[in-house]
Amino acid sequence: MISQLFVLSQRGDNIVFRDYRGEVQRGSAEIFFRKVRFWNDDGEGDAPPAFNVNGVNYFHVRVSGLLFVATTRVNVSPSLVLELLQRIARLIKDYLGVLNEDSLRKNFVLVYELLDEVLDFGYVQTTSTEVLKSYVFNAPVMIDAARMPSLGPAAIFMQGNKRMPGTAITKSVVVNEPGGRRREEIFVDVIEKISVTFSASGYILTSEIDGTIQMKSYLTGNPEILLALNDDLNIGRDYRSSYGSGAVILDDCNFHESVQLNSFDIDRTLTLVPPDGEFSVMNYRMTQEFKPPFRINALLEEAGLLKAELILKVQAEFSSSITANSILVQMPVPTYTTRVSLDLEPGAVANTTDYKESSKRLEWGLKKRLLVDLSILSVQS
Amino acid sequence: MAPPAQSQRSSSPSQPSGKSEVSDLKLQLRQLAGSRAPGVDDSKRELFKKVISYMTIGIDVSSLFGEMVMCSATSDIVLKKMCYLYVGNYAKVNPDLALLTINFLQRDCHDEDPMIRGLALRSLCSLRVANLVEYLVGPLGSGLKDSNSYVRIVAVIGVLKLYHISVSTCVDADFPSILKHLMLNDSDTQVVANCLSALQEIWSAEASTSEEASREREALISKPVIYYLLNRIKEFSEWAQCLVLELVAKYMPLESDEIFDIMNLLEDRLQHANGAVVLATIKVFLQLTLSLTDVHQQVYERIKAPLLTLVSSGSPEQSYAVLSHLHILVMRAPYIFSSDYKHFYCQYNEPYYVKRLKLEMLTAVANESNTYEIVTELCEYAANVDIPIARESIRAVGKIALQQYDVNAIVDRLLQFLEMEKDYVTAEALVLVKDLLRKYPQWSHDCIAVVGNISSKNVQEPKAKAALIWMLGEYSQDMQDAPYILESLVENWDEEHSAEVRLHLLTAVMKCFFKRPPETQNALGAALAAGIADFHQDVHDRALFYYRILQYNVSVAEHVVNPPKQAVSVFADTQSSEIKDRIFDEFNSLSVVYQKPSYMFTDKEHRGPFEFSDELGNLSIGGEAADNVVSAQRVEANDKDLLLTTSEKEETRGSSNNGTDYTAPYDSSSTSVFASQTRMELEISNPTSAGHAPQASLGIDDLLGLGLPAAPAPSSPQLKLSSKAVLDPSAFQQKWRQLPVALSQECSVSPQGVAAFTSPQALLRHMQSHSIHCIASGGQSPNFKFFFFAQKAEETSNYLVECVINTSSAKAQIKIKADDQSTSSAFSTVFQSALSRFGIP
Repeated sequence: MISQLFVLSQRGDNIVFRDYRGEVQRGSAEIFFRKVRFWNDDGEGDAPPAFNVNGVNYFHVRVSGLLFVATTRVNVSPSLVLELLQRIARLIKDYLGVLNEDSLRKNFVLVYELLDEVLDFGYVQTTSTEVLKSYVFNAPVMIDAARMPSLGPAAIFMQGNKRMPGTAITKSVVVNEPGGRRREEIFVDVIEKISVTFSASGYILTSEIDGTIQMKSYLTGNPEILLALNDDLNIGRDYRSSYGSGAVILDDCNFHESVQLNSFDIDRTLTLVPPDGEFSVMNYRMTQEFKPPFRINALLEEAGLLKAELILKVQAEFSSSITANSILVQMPVPTYTTRVSLDLEPGAVANTTDYKESSKRLEWGLKKRLLVDLSILSVQS
Repeated sequence: MAPPAQSQRSSSPSQPSGKSEVSDLKLQLRQLAGSRAPGVDDSKRELFKKVISYMTIGIDVSSLFGEMVMCSATSDIVLKKMCYLYVGNYAKVNPDLALLTINFLQRDCHDEDPMIRGLALRSLCSLRVANLVEYLVGPLGSGLKDSNSYVRIVAVIGVLKLYHISVSTCVDADFPSILKHLMLNDSDTQVVANCLSALQEIWSAEASTSEEASREREALISKPVIYYLLNRIKEFSEWAQCLVLELVAKYMPLESDEIFDIMNLLEDRLQHANGAVVLATIKVFLQLTLSLTDVHQQVYERIKAPLLTLVSSGSPEQSYAVLSHLHILVMRAPYIFSSDYKHFYCQYNEPYYVKRLKLEMLTAVANESNTYEIVTELCEYAANVDIPIARESIRAVGKIALQQYDVNAIVDRLLQFLEMEKDYVTAEALVLVKDLLRKYPQWSHDCIAVVGNISSKNVQEPKAKAALIWMLGEYSQDMQDAPYILESLVENWDEEHSAEVRLHLLTAVMKCFFKRPPETQNALGAALAAGIADFHQDVHDRALFYYRILQYNVSVAEHVVNPPKQAVSVFADTQSSEIKDRIFDEFNSLSVVYQKPSYMFTDKEHRGPFEFSDELGNLSIGGEAADNVVSAQRVEANDKDLLLTTSEKEETRGSSNNGTDYTAPYDSSSTSVFASQTRMELEISNPTSAGHAPQASLGIDDLLGLGLPAAPAPSSPQLKLSSKAVLDPSAFQQKWRQLPVALSQECSVSPQGVAAFTSPQALLRHMQSHSIHCIASGGQSPNFKFFFFAQKAEETSNYLVECVINTSSAKAQIKIKADDQSTSSAFSTVFQSALSRFGIP
């Protein structure tokens, strides 16, 4: 039972504000924003996604710099509300093609129309783009996608944008192409987040892969789709001992509700009728040993009393036929650092280095893959 | 057309620019109202958008009501929707004008397009104007029968809206029973789901005044309804599935076969990508298997992998919701994640709230086998550039040390922290070393050697400084310089801003004085003088107290200030198992995220649509005897009260009452304070009972067979009751749900009884003397509600009684449930005779 739902810009302006039950006071958006803004003053980092102020529970998720907020006085399921907010953000993105403050402001009436159908008196009715298409009549006002800063693959690691596909598809699901014809197409992205911790001496301490297979469907007529995964795919750790190298062993996975798993156990095929819009077909997780795509080495030397010198090496460990785009290396430095100078290995091309004074962070960007690359950074304090 | 990018501050309705723009809009709307020119709809759209954008940012555009209604005569559905949105927003403050809209809304309710019918009906019900309800009944009635499911979906929620505007109109039109019929027969699952939501809300609200509603509410969790919903579970939308699963979690199957059938049916819900569905399913599994210990353990094994996948697959917000739940599961089954601890290592780019929960998880899963790895990882975080996380990590190391695994190695690490020479690291480590010493005094030698080397000048944070001073006082015999360090601290008395530190300084100087009088005498004199002159009341009082007690008798003073201490076994701020159980019962709700039961943060009427067992869920359990124990302990603990600082904020937030001072055998004492709050929440048929006064508080003697021996029961020829009956509240609750009502009667209370009814407590004592024990009670004059239980002598056959007494009508409503149905009328006789003797000396 959600009482209010609103979307705030980064500065705290209401872009849409919908009150469903009239149980929470009107000024809740302001109370919420002030609380979130000053949360860190107690040294407690970012505001948690759910908190309570005077009996009102505030839920929020951050998506593309926007705050999607729900309020309620009821002791509801937090994951239900947070999933819902995330889903609403995605729904709006399906409609607008691009989700940001600009597109939302241009289409706020459409968003009101969506919110009216998604929730009634605070109860979720539907979040399916497919179903909503027949109830929603405003045509989205498209914003110029070309002006958008491009989202490189690195964007998927950024908080909140985790599910943004690399091939930024910025087309609305409901709008026809200028020619009046729709292109029958479906995008399938496999997005993997690889986390590896190396020890100072270069050994791998922990490694895991969180992956998702994401689809965005522009197909008409709801055809059935088969998605075949690796034959040697196994699920559950029991397989670890019985299979040799080569087999892919997932620790666990889950599926979108449209997925039929009838033949999954036999031939690793997923059957689904993709709903309109963007959704995750499957999420999976693996901790099986794998070769990390990069190795990173750091060598730190004290060069005098108030000076330290660091040599950072990044090495690509995959075949030279594969190109890696937009690699970004970030490194935090101690807060008392006063000056940083960065030197790249002679001959390095298309590399950028930057020191972010405000966040005390070094950034090293590489446009193309590298076999062995070397950079010398000196840090002074 | 975008809402003007205006900040909140400048958007007040009185703002002049807003006003002139509103009157401008008013003019333009008027011009368009009558126009039938081509393209007029487009201009209207633009104007309407402007109006709604003002509304969004908080400018009051209610003065446009008339014009908006005039413009609403249109066939353009987009315009209609904007107009409905506007009307819904302002009808409440303009009830007279709202009447204007009734006409066109009612007309639209008969439109041939089901979409228009649905929209109009939804807007009609959203007006929230009490004197217009008569116009709702007709359209709602036909909406519920509409052939189109969209209209029915809207109509069902419309009934709920009507209920909130006018209870009587909704009930008189017999809408609840129509909804019930729809719920069990409609072909559209969203209609079914909405019926379920609406009925839960309506019947929960009605249950306090109507027996029938309370029966209907119980019927929702009866086998036929549950099975009907479960058999269609996959047809429901994922959100409606959550709703159904919440309901199923309340269901108590009678046979274990049923449990397995339900679990098999729902097994694949654990693989759902929506975390809310998975958590709701897990709740069902956990609740169903509560009585089957082995299966319950298997459930923990089964849910592990899906939960970990959810943690790593969603947005950080979603991970946060799931991680909170993992934490409560680990509390119940410590071993489930002990080999998966690496999943809780923090990643560099995670937000603070996720990292903090992960640190909590690492603390919770630490055991003999993994402590070394976990502590090694945590020590890495202590050097992190992210200072809040570094602090949390050090606290986590301390907590693990207090859990007694591998203390030896951890103490070494903590001492290394002290030598890291980072002020916040030192500060956190000092607090931890202090707590560690309170629990493991045997480590004092190693710790004191290191602590002695810390210059008090480098410690600025009050908590850390207080900890250091406490150690200086406590171990002054082992620390060469202790008197001199304390002396220099006393010299800088005026520069010490924290009262907490000054209080500790006083006590520490006293303790040091008893151990090394000649060296400390000067410092003590200076400290007492400064303390008595202190502007802070507590500091002043303590100094004066020390001064007087020293004057009176030095050895008594020593006995009071520095008695021999016992190592602390459980810190007082540890959450009681009672509270943890309550949170577990509220699995998949905010209680888990906030780590406190719902009564601590929600009002009664908002406790959620699923709170079926409200009356029982809020059973109050208190013990007077325990309070005495607490105070006795407090004397023994002397200055402990100021040093309870392993406490994480969130823990103390939930339990910052003095009622939490307890030791393990007296668990119930820790809840006595909460109980006095809970008791207030007890549902009672008196709607004005919101503001209970504290004097309503009542203790229940001998609830768990602790203190006070019960008086021997007067023998009854038919039935002998055990005077030492014991039944714990959860068992009571479960039985109350399972057993049918054996007897339901009304009897009158004698005038003497009413006169003697000065407080509910009097009745409790009386009934107890008849071997009928109270497990919960509540209410306020004239309505009181009690739950009693009794056991047959020499047999474990229980009788459960719900007794509602109205002192103004001198009537008592009695409901009896019994393990052995055949003897329930015999018991009823015993109960009523006991009740009738109340007040007769």
